[in-house]
Amino acid sequence: MAKKPRPPASERAKQSMGTMMSDVQGSQAWSSIFRPGSIFRKGYSDSPRNRSYVIMNSVLYHLHPVKVKRHAVKVSYTLCLGGLSFFLFILLTVTGIFLMFFYRPTATQAWDDIYNLQASVTFGLLVRNMHRWAAHLMVISVFLHMARVFYHGAYKPPREFNWVIGVILLTLTLLLSFTGYLLPWDQLALWAVTVGTNMMGFTPVFGEEVRFALLGSREISTDTLLRWYVLHVLMLPFVIVIFMAIHFWRVRKDGGISGPL
Amino acid sequence: MAEIPEHLLKRAQEARQRAQAQKGGGSSAPEAPGQGGGGSDASEASGSEPSGVSGQGGSSGPKIPEHLLDRSRSAREQAGAGGAAPAEAAVATAPMPAAPAQPVHTGPGGGTQRLLTVVKSGSIQDVKATPTDKVHVWPHLLVVEFVAALLVTAFTLIFSIFVNAPLLELANVNETPNPSKAPWYFLGLQELLTMFHPMVAGVTIPGIGLFLLILAPYMDRNPSKKPEDRKFAISLMTLHLMFWAILVLIGSFFRGPGFNFVFPWVDGLFFEL
Repeated sequence: MAKKPRPPASERAKQSMGTMMSDVQGSQAWSSIFRPGSIFRKGYSDSPRNRSYVIMNSVLYHLHPVKVKRHAVKVSYTLCLGGLSFFLFILLTVTGIFLMFFYRPTATQAWDDIYNLQASVTFGLLVRNMHRWAAHLMVISVFLHMARVFYHGAYKPPREFNWVIGVILLTLTLLLSFTGYLLPWDQLALWAVTVGTNMMGFTPVFGEEVRFALLGSREISTDTLLRWYVLHVLMLPFVIVIFMAIHFWRVRKDGGISGPL
Repeated sequence: MAEIPEHLLKRAQEARQRAQAQKGGGSSAPEAPGQGGGGSDASEASGSEPSGVSGQGGSSGPKIPEHLLDRSRSAREQAGAGGAAPAEAAVATAPMPAAPAQPVHTGPGGGTQRLLTVVKSGSIQDVKATPTDKVHVWPHLLVVEFVAALLVTAFTLIFSIFVNAPLLELANVNETPNPSKAPWYFLGLQELLTMFHPMVAGVTIPGIGLFLLILAPYMDRNPSKKPEDRKFAISLMTLHLMFWAILVLIGSFFRGPGFNFVFPWVDGLFFEL
């Protein structure tokens, strides 16, 4: 009499894993975490309804509409520049938070902190490099985004005001980059900022006052370092996030991404 | 009880007076209450029969499109020629003593039809002439965005592994490096500084540039987005971008000690990112 052969261990493991997984996915806790349309939900299938849910039920993705014009997906049309500027901002925030753990904005400590970060912190040099290069890349991508929008005439009604917001965002991006430039407190930082702020000192009527407000003293000093640090890590990001929110919101309100030529 | 605005009261009173005057005149037809004070029949508007014409009827005449007038005229002729019976029925329902055979438009139930208003097409419904071709954001757009983000992250990561960010010696206020350069995106301004007074180079020119950039959509009144219609705008912008790009390039690579002009392939680079 032939006994039914026992399935191999790997089969049995797969089977029990499968029932366990479906038990977990069927539980109330699981379905309370993943909203309808989540690919982690039990019985997810690719349907127009679920495709819509993926966008609607995700806090991250719901910046998007559920559907977009087909030409908007064409990479050759948008070149992804606006989205990449935003992504670089996120990358800069993440790497920047890492750097903040190792940095003190005083004239006596700043340079040493950067040096130690590079020399003795795991991945310190790499993250600092990424922060620096991503910052330059963001200036470039914001600038190219503006050029792309102009050449496609995408600033024309009803998108005039969003163009204005965009120019403000470009200015804020430059200011963010410039305030970050001083923080390593090396010769490059000090003298680049000296050249830049000297120029601002020639603002008519209020020149001296503008320069003093920016530097926190007559010359670049430890006060300037603290001031630009707060601007760089807190105030300007705060302001730019508000303007970005308006910018993205207006993209949707003004009828989505602009039409083809 | 809510107060009735004064102008409405006035208008109602005028309408009442007009109705009374018409009744008192006697020569014209007494208007049925359903027709209201200012009701204008299509037949009145056509002006063929002066009997029932009031002031409003004449004034609203030009508002009725030509083809509708034509239609009503031909319908009236038909009614006058062949349809005597429906015409009588219509007269019975709506008292029109002045012209028994004349103002009749027979509806499906034999009742009188009146033109209340003409709605032009497109004034209420939004006619979508071209249906737009749309796709779902997931997966079509999200996949593209994800790949783009991944590529940029990979590029930044790999570039950062091989190229270190500069960290020169500790800042020293008493030792000015030669040359001292601003960050690269301000080198265009620093380049202008060699030609103009600092106030012009550092404040006026960039200020005007920024101002014009903000005003661009309000100055460019050309509604077309086609490049062939926008030759002037595109040339102007290209000129503007080239102006800054060339200044930045010169400031970055062609300026050496003392901010004097150098060739990078002869004297080397004086440029830090």
